[in-house]
Amino acid sequence: MPDSAPRSPSPPDGEAVTYSGARAPDRTRRVACAGLSIAVYEWGEASAPPLLLAHGGLDFARTFDVFAPKLADAGWRVVSWDHRGHGDSAHSPLYSWEADVRDTLAVLESTSQEPLVAVGHSKGSGLLVNLIQALPERFLRFVSIEGLPGNRPRPDVTEHEWVEALGEMSSAWLDERRQMAGRVRRPDTLDGLARRRGRMNPRMDHQWLRYLVSVGARHDPDGWRWKIDPTLRMGGVGPWRPSWSLRWLPQFPVPLLGILGRVEEPMSMGATAENLASHLPPGAHLETLDVGHFAHIEQPDKVAELTLEWLA
Amino acid sequence: MTQLLTHANVKLALHPLRGGTGRALLVLHGLGARSPRTVAPDLEAWPGPIHALDFTGHGDSTVPMGGGYTAEILMADADVALSHLGRASVLGYGIGAYVALLLAGARPGQVRGAILCDGPGLAGGGEEPAPPRRPQRVEGTPVAPDPYALLELSSDVRPPDYALHFRDLAVCASGLERPLLVCARERPPWLAGLVADLPGAEASLAEALAVCGAAPDDAAGCSG
Repeated sequence: MPDSAPRSPSPPDGEAVTYSGARAPDRTRRVACAGLSIAVYEWGEASAPPLLLAHGGLDFARTFDVFAPKLADAGWRVVSWDHRGHGDSAHSPLYSWEADVRDTLAVLESTSQEPLVAVGHSKGSGLLVNLIQALPERFLRFVSIEGLPGNRPRPDVTEHEWVEALGEMSSAWLDERRQMAGRVRRPDTLDGLARRRGRMNPRMDHQWLRYLVSVGARHDPDGWRWKIDPTLRMGGVGPWRPSWSLRWLPQFPVPLLGILGRVEEPMSMGATAENLASHLPPGAHLETLDVGHFAHIEQPDKVAELTLEWLA
Repeated sequence: MTQLLTHANVKLALHPLRGGTGRALLVLHGLGARSPRTVAPDLEAWPGPIHALDFTGHGDSTVPMGGGYTAEILMADADVALSHLGRASVLGYGIGAYVALLLAGARPGQVRGAILCDGPGLAGGGEEPAPPRRPQRVEGTPVAPDPYALLELSSDVRPPDYALHFRDLAVCASGLERPLLVCARERPPWLAGLVADLPGAEASLAEALAVCGAAPDDAAGCSG
């Protein structure tokens, strides 16, 4: 498909935002899924064996601009995409886990009809875990970066306090839904947007966050805005519980490497080697690094090395 | 005349079935259905105005591209209607009954009684998720009822303890003696659990309309 993805203009005053080791994708294309247009990015030779790479929630594919080239330079055709509502993919009136898994399948089918390897970070790992369990014949090996389900116990509160908290959360979520019509993201300077992002990524250096703004935000006349759909929020209300994600993990059908960060930060999922131990399938391997949730950004060389060894 | 309400990027059709004064009855249809155009004979006894909402992807409401339905999004649809109507009693059929329960728990001060009736989509997808399966896609421009709504909401997981939490919120914070009235004969697990240990929950439709019609407007808060 032709590349029709909207483009971010360059930063003002001709300033080029660069980051050491960051490389734009070699190719972009778009995939239609259920009427939505999904932006797809590729690094590496088009004829190389494909590797599907999925980003986390509130991220976008270009957050792999340092990590993906390291895999591509090792001989892989790295294929990533912006989840619906993220980056340059279409905003959708509705968002759900099931819809994201469907979009993932559309990208997979547009990439290869042969079994392939996959790497996912955070939510992207969860989507791939789900799809691999549904279609094991389409996958060879898998690497999860800070994306295996945590098994945090419920907070130690009384049943009454728990129910009250659910009520407050539901009411707040509904209040927010009532006010979503016509909402736009708050504009800021490039540096201001980078600082705001830093609250979610407290361990990232400012120059990297500036780079993220330059590839993940658009420059409007009144300032920079993230492209992500302003109606998207982390969390929400629903019956989901962590134990559901762990249920089928012992039967995970392809070789699994899990890379965990030892340092808790706002986006961490709470998985540790200890609480995952009894849920892992035979042959699975865990590596715990002294990093936060964005292991592939903090230590791209180390995470790429572990990934490449596992996929070899 | 049908009003179009805005919920994020979706237009929701709210149909006034009957005018009048007093507290409104908000009618929520079942999965794959749409709002009725006239007041059903068994709802004639309601003392006030009656409105019916088309959920997202149903009836005259927007049919979005790409699916992504959850019962909670339908709850937010109904909440947008509630913000338009003010305090109201809610009557739901099928999945609309489940949505009425969620809304009664999340908005106990504004939902003055919820009536849960049989209809399509009452059961949902069971108590726990099924093993992961191949995602299904629907080709072409969707029309109401959106096939994705049918696919996704018929497998929507409804754990009984989750439903019980919303029941408890409605019971605790609405200040109503009988905030939930179950007219449905079908009893999927979430509904069976809800009825157990809730004296007065089971009612005929006529009785439920009478109880809700007489319910006070003021809510009392939870305590202890």
